[in-house]
Amino acid sequence: MNSLKKIFDRDTWDEIFESISKNRTRTIITSIGVFWGIFIYIALAGSAKGLENGFDEAFSGLSKNSMGIWVQSTSMPYKGFEEGRFPIFELSDVEYLTDRVPEIQYISPGLQAGAFSGSPPLVVRGLKSDNFNLFGNFPDQAKISVIKIYDGGRYINDQDIKYERKVAVIGEGAQERLFDLDEDPIGKYIRINDINFKVIGVEKYSEGDGFGTDSDITIPYSTFAKIYNRGDKFGFMFISGYDYVNPNYLEETIKENLKVRKIIHPEDDKAFGSFNIGSLFESIIKFTRGMVFLSLVVGIATIFAGVIGIGNIMLIAVKERTNELGIRRALGATPGEIKVQIVLESVFLTIIAGIIGIIVGAFLLFLINIGTSGLEDFPFANPTVPLAIVSGAFITMITLGTLIGLIPAERAVSIKPIEALREE
Amino acid sequence: MIEIKNLHKSYEIGASSLHVLKGIDFSVEDGDLVAIMGSSGSGKSTLLNILGMLDTSDTGTYDLDKIRIADMDEKKAANYRNKFLGFVFQSFNLINYKNALENVALPLYYQGVSRKERQKTALTYLDKVGLKDWADHLPSELSGGQKQRVAIARALASNPKVLLADEPTGALDSTTSIEVMALIQKINNEGKTILVVTHEQDIAKMCKRVVHLKDGIIVEDKKIKQNVIKNV
Repeated sequence: MNSLKKIFDRDTWDEIFESISKNRTRTIITSIGVFWGIFIYIALAGSAKGLENGFDEAFSGLSKNSMGIWVQSTSMPYKGFEEGRFPIFELSDVEYLTDRVPEIQYISPGLQAGAFSGSPPLVVRGLKSDNFNLFGNFPDQAKISVIKIYDGGRYINDQDIKYERKVAVIGEGAQERLFDLDEDPIGKYIRINDINFKVIGVEKYSEGDGFGTDSDITIPYSTFAKIYNRGDKFGFMFISGYDYVNPNYLEETIKENLKVRKIIHPEDDKAFGSFNIGSLFESIIKFTRGMVFLSLVVGIATIFAGVIGIGNIMLIAVKERTNELGIRRALGATPGEIKVQIVLESVFLTIIAGIIGIIVGAFLLFLINIGTSGLEDFPFANPTVPLAIVSGAFITMITLGTLIGLIPAERAVSIKPIEALREE
Repeated sequence: MIEIKNLHKSYEIGASSLHVLKGIDFSVEDGDLVAIMGSSGSGKSTLLNILGMLDTSDTGTYDLDKIRIADMDEKKAANYRNKFLGFVFQSFNLINYKNALENVALPLYYQGVSRKERQKTALTYLDKVGLKDWADHLPSELSGGQKQRVAIARALASNPKVLLADEPTGALDSTTSIEVMALIQKINNEGKTILVVTHEQDIAKMCKRVVHLKDGIIVEDKKIKQNVIKNV
């Protein structure tokens, strides 16, 4: 009990601080192991986090549990229907789905010409012309997939749908091919299938976004339906679930409901085609999680090695200090006091070395962050180490420092003072 | 002050055992200055270590200031050493990274004396041994005689009942030895009980009583006329 009280005694710490500061070489050599361990750990964990953030940023805006589904043809006869039927979607199916699948957050039916079927329409702008894939979308599409509109423009809105406006959002590739380099396309007109459309926005191309290209042209769904005379029929839609929804579950549930709605054999897997971003994401998340785990294992192992190094050098130090410890005991130090001193020295060194390691590691992450902040193609952002992991490492360090300190401490008091004093 | 009866001590050396102390009966009065003499292997250091509670006896009793010293664990022994005994060693045994003042203050630290009080007391004792101006010097910056005086100041700092000196002049030249012995006499004159282990006749003659040890028994124990050192 008396020994425990010593831990909070200022004199004890003065004594420890003195012994540490006056044996500088020993202190530095001892600390390097732990410093290195925690430094590597922080740098690794931070980098893994940075990579995770980088991927997050690269996919930002894309609803992580979004999916696409499209009509194919049935492969099984069912309830009097023959196989090979094309179960085209209708707008009433959208309501049917939202009524039955509460997990749906957004649902956006889409029309297209040129991407999967039909031919890409000819688009003319002055003397320039080319064929582009044309899409008819709802505003909600922007909430499901990444649609970044360059400054000054906008995406399709509800009014465009309501009034069947002839407005178009063009891909940056389309802009290049239809407009001059220094020309602002916003507000200018392009002719799609001989109908004038006003350009309202230029879409920034981002990879991994559904099945688009950089040169797609998007017009309001209602306008598209009217021009192409689609009525309320459509061939594909994008759906996103709320954050808590498992994307695989969402995909399955939607398909099951649509099979009931469209009278399709429950085991017919060919009737609809679909994909979900979630599974793509999962592999990336698994990768970054793997990185985090790896950094955890490597970091802890390095810290472990570092602390063992401290224990090792403390053992040598105890041997070196046998005489000193003998003197202290002759002067009245109890074995408990000697033990507390050795253990505290070990813990103190571990903590100080650890703090320096954390600071230097954080500084390195800071430098990496500055160095990579300009790089668009490099998925790395804001490398941080969660406080929980830092404190975890800290607790590990203190625990290991104490345990390892007990070995030399025990050794120090196992030598009789009389023998210790004889040692020169 | 010290009362020893029929003390035996043997060391195990491999298979055989070495009987070092073969029945010591010995007592020391308050304020005495005793020289323990004997050739090497006579058991004088072993006796001093037992007196200093640095070692334990096999059989026999040891009373220090009417307290029976027996069956003590390390912790209790440490506390008794701290309270009752002051040590002076041949090789000074100062802690080399602590300055003179800190060395002297160390036993007080283990007594739980406050820092300020420690410093004050330590400085008083350093002054007593004439080294007040050397308080912030490291042992490596002191001469042998100065080191031993610091060690004596340290031994006195906890105000022990008995001062045990193991060959205090063993590592010193004759002039310095006399200086140190003068200091020991001075402290003794102030009433402190002191035991000095030595093999030098000259040093023994400066004490009040000489005990001769040979092969683990006391062969001679007599009061002598003290050779008082003057004007050093």
